[in-house]
Amino acid sequence: MLEIDHLTLAYDDTVVVEDLALTAADGEVLCVLGPSGCGKSTLLRAVAGLEPPVTGTIHLDGRDLAGLRPDQRDVGLMFQEHALFPHRNVAENVAFGPRVHGLDRDAVRQRVAEALSLVGLSGTEFRHVDELSGGERQRVALARAIAPRPRLLMLDEPLGSLDRALQTRLLEDLPRVLSQLGTTVVYVTHDQDEALSLADRIAVMRAGRIEQQDTPAELWRSPRTAFVARFLGLGPVMAVQADADTVTTPWGRVPRAEVSDAGAATGTVETVLLPEALRLATGHQPPGDDELAVTATVVIRRFQGDHLRLGVDTATGQRLQVAAWRGQLPEVGDEVTLAIEVAGIHLLADDPGG
Amino acid sequence: MLLVVPVVFLGWFFVWPVTSIVGLGLAPDGEVELGVLARALTDQSVRSVAWFTLWQAVVSTVLTLLVAIPGAYALSRQEFPGRRALQAAVTVPFVLPTVVVGSAFLALLGPRSPVNAALVAVLGDAAPTLDLRRTVTAILLAHVFFNYAVVVRTVGGLWSMLDPRLEDAARVLGASRWRTFREVSLPLLSPAIAASAAIVFLFTFTSFGVVLILGGPGRATIEVEIHRATTQLLDLPLASTLALLQLVAVLSALAVYGHLTRRAQQQRLVAAASTRRPPRSRAERWFLGTNLAVIVVLVLSPLAVLVERSFVTATGYGLDNWRRLLVDDPSSVLAVPAGEAVRNSLLFGTSATLVALVVGGLAATAATVGRGWITGAVDRALMVPLGTSAVTVGFGFLIALDRPLDLRGSPLLVPLAQALIATPFVVRTLLPVLRSIDQRLRDAAAVLGASPLRVWREVDLPIIGRALLVAAGFSFAIAVGEFGATVFVARANLPTMPVAIFRLLGRPGVANFGQAMAMSTLLAAITAAALLAIDRLRVGSVGRF
Repeated sequence: MLEIDHLTLAYDDTVVVEDLALTAADGEVLCVLGPSGCGKSTLLRAVAGLEPPVTGTIHLDGRDLAGLRPDQRDVGLMFQEHALFPHRNVAENVAFGPRVHGLDRDAVRQRVAEALSLVGLSGTEFRHVDELSGGERQRVALARAIAPRPRLLMLDEPLGSLDRALQTRLLEDLPRVLSQLGTTVVYVTHDQDEALSLADRIAVMRAGRIEQQDTPAELWRSPRTAFVARFLGLGPVMAVQADADTVTTPWGRVPRAEVSDAGAATGTVETVLLPEALRLATGHQPPGDDELAVTATVVIRRFQGDHLRLGVDTATGQRLQVAAWRGQLPEVGDEVTLAIEVAGIHLLADDPGG
Repeated sequence: MLLVVPVVFLGWFFVWPVTSIVGLGLAPDGEVELGVLARALTDQSVRSVAWFTLWQAVVSTVLTLLVAIPGAYALSRQEFPGRRALQAAVTVPFVLPTVVVGSAFLALLGPRSPVNAALVAVLGDAAPTLDLRRTVTAILLAHVFFNYAVVVRTVGGLWSMLDPRLEDAARVLGASRWRTFREVSLPLLSPAIAASAAIVFLFTFTSFGVVLILGGPGRATIEVEIHRATTQLLDLPLASTLALLQLVAVLSALAVYGHLTRRAQQQRLVAAASTRRPPRSRAERWFLGTNLAVIVVLVLSPLAVLVERSFVTATGYGLDNWRRLLVDDPSSVLAVPAGEAVRNSLLFGTSATLVALVVGGLAATAATVGRGWITGAVDRALMVPLGTSAVTVGFGFLIALDRPLDLRGSPLLVPLAQALIATPFVVRTLLPVLRSIDQRLRDAAAVLGASPLRVWREVDLPIIGRALLVAAGFSFAIAVGEFGATVFVARANLPTMPVAIFRLLGRPGVANFGQAMAMSTLLAAITAAALLAIDRLRVGSVGRF
């Protein structure tokens, strides 16, 4: 179990992580999700002992890590762009950890074989790391990080340097490896798809602080702030008037009790439409009692294979995105009717960062 | 076509003199007579000179590496206030004339040194007087001082570009600092370490000025013996044999160097600025502090003592030495006023720089545009004079340049010899820059409508312009401080500053010594100014191999 409390980190007087608290339970995969430069890599480096904290504590399985050197911490870190030793072959890279831990030769060989088989690279032992493809390098780096059997495995943008197709393939593979390991995992990424498909829990990080911690489903259903909503790809975020009983949206007034609420105040608050809250109304499926009907004009029409992605401008002046399925294929300039589910109107909590 | 000038220059002023030395060594009476060579090689004194030359070079190299590798880390990976200035300062010794280095260590290690002053202050009259002049220790210290920058720049240059995450990865995997250094940093740095070791070995093996001034009986390198055989014993066959011996050793070392640098070119490197960081743990601060102390004691204190001693006169501190240096002084032991030596040096140095720039520039261009073997051959051929000692060049000029034109009495010989020594440095500065120009830049300019001449003017010239300035400053510093070749070919009435310093040091008396110190200080200032001007241009190749 990893417990981080009141952690502040700085680079040359610039605070990059401020008063941060975060825990990862035993065997849990915790994803730290945030834009580049939000301090998530620095956070991992601090846990590994590569950056000294300004203040705060880090405990791993009840042990205070303060004052311990990186080689005494028993954590694994898989670096961005992998940092494989260029002067060693695959087996020597993976063997490095077990070897410096003082294991004898047979035990080292066994660990290397286990780790490589876990990532599906058995038989590549004597290949030079320069000859490996991007995906192979990524898996060697993972094997190297797990070979010493760390109490905590940290992965820093492990798929970041790979192309999209390879990312998708490895994303299907990675959950199996991680669950087989059973280790506590902290996984850092800026890609919400990666986080949503891998994580038991996601911590959204912004400018050195944790903005929200939740399960992927909960996060998706109830983003707390406009930042989280935007980062998950929801949108647009717009301002509405909310008082104790009613919410005044551009498309009509609805009772506050019926909308989704992340703990918004009263007055002008930010709101976002949750996914699946918006659909194209048709003759077969007109707007229902729990939906608002909104007239809009199609301005963008993008063919996506099995459906169309439409950008529409509502009569009240909002640009929204909606999917159009078989049987309803409007052209640019056509007028359409949208159905907005009242329960999918989500009021956001005050955004501290503005 | 570009190669005509370099080939003629090298042929006339390098190949021909060296061939003459070989001829004189193997066939002193016109017939090849291996007996001379065999006799010289079995001669006890020749063998002991060779042995001394070898072991002092090995020890100097090892010591330099031991002191400078930690320094390379401190200066390339740690950030601290004044780092850039210090980095420039440690490079100064590398361009200092050997004669100046010799003078500085004479002042530092003699009976009136600050070390002895400190001993007296602490122990009073009972203090022993340390006099390390004319000892092996002095030679070794001076060599470390002189070559510190070579290792710091070469190894540090690579170190600053190694991805620090490789070391971080090893640490997180459980390796201690020392183990990480041994198993990750050291193997990755090995090409730079080996290349700088080869260069330091070469420089110390052919060390002349330093050993001539700081050495003594039984402590002479082959270089010094060649000089002695020529000027004192007048035994030219012996000098030739020694020069041959040296040539063989140097070519072997160069071959090793060439092999090592070819191996060096396949690593993923990162931007240097991103790898530097301030020391953060107590251990890191200690490490930095220790290295700064080493730099102050080893690199800065000889320079400080040199300047201090230039103000010491028979009657305490004063400006006498400087006055007599710059104002006409009939009582000087030099045949001419000291000021003339300064003028000669600047004049010869400037001419040599122009020659070296033309020859080196043409050769580097040829090596860039030429194909395959030509490129490689030019590259390597121009490195040979770098290793062939200056004394061999000077000696060769002396015995060979009576044909086709008798140049031996000509004052032209001095800048020609200096240019020959400086040319390899010009090539080494220009070549990487020329090669780094992306062909696509020229293509882009051409597609945008620039004529070939316009492309050269707008793309190539601005890029190599700075490198040309660097090469010019570097050649000038080398030429002005050149001693080994110059001492053979300079006429008595046209001494350069290094020659004048050597003559002054050879005479007894506080006044002569003080004047030598003043002239050394001035010479150091000139070469350091040339170097620091280069450093501002940030091409950063000085002393990097």
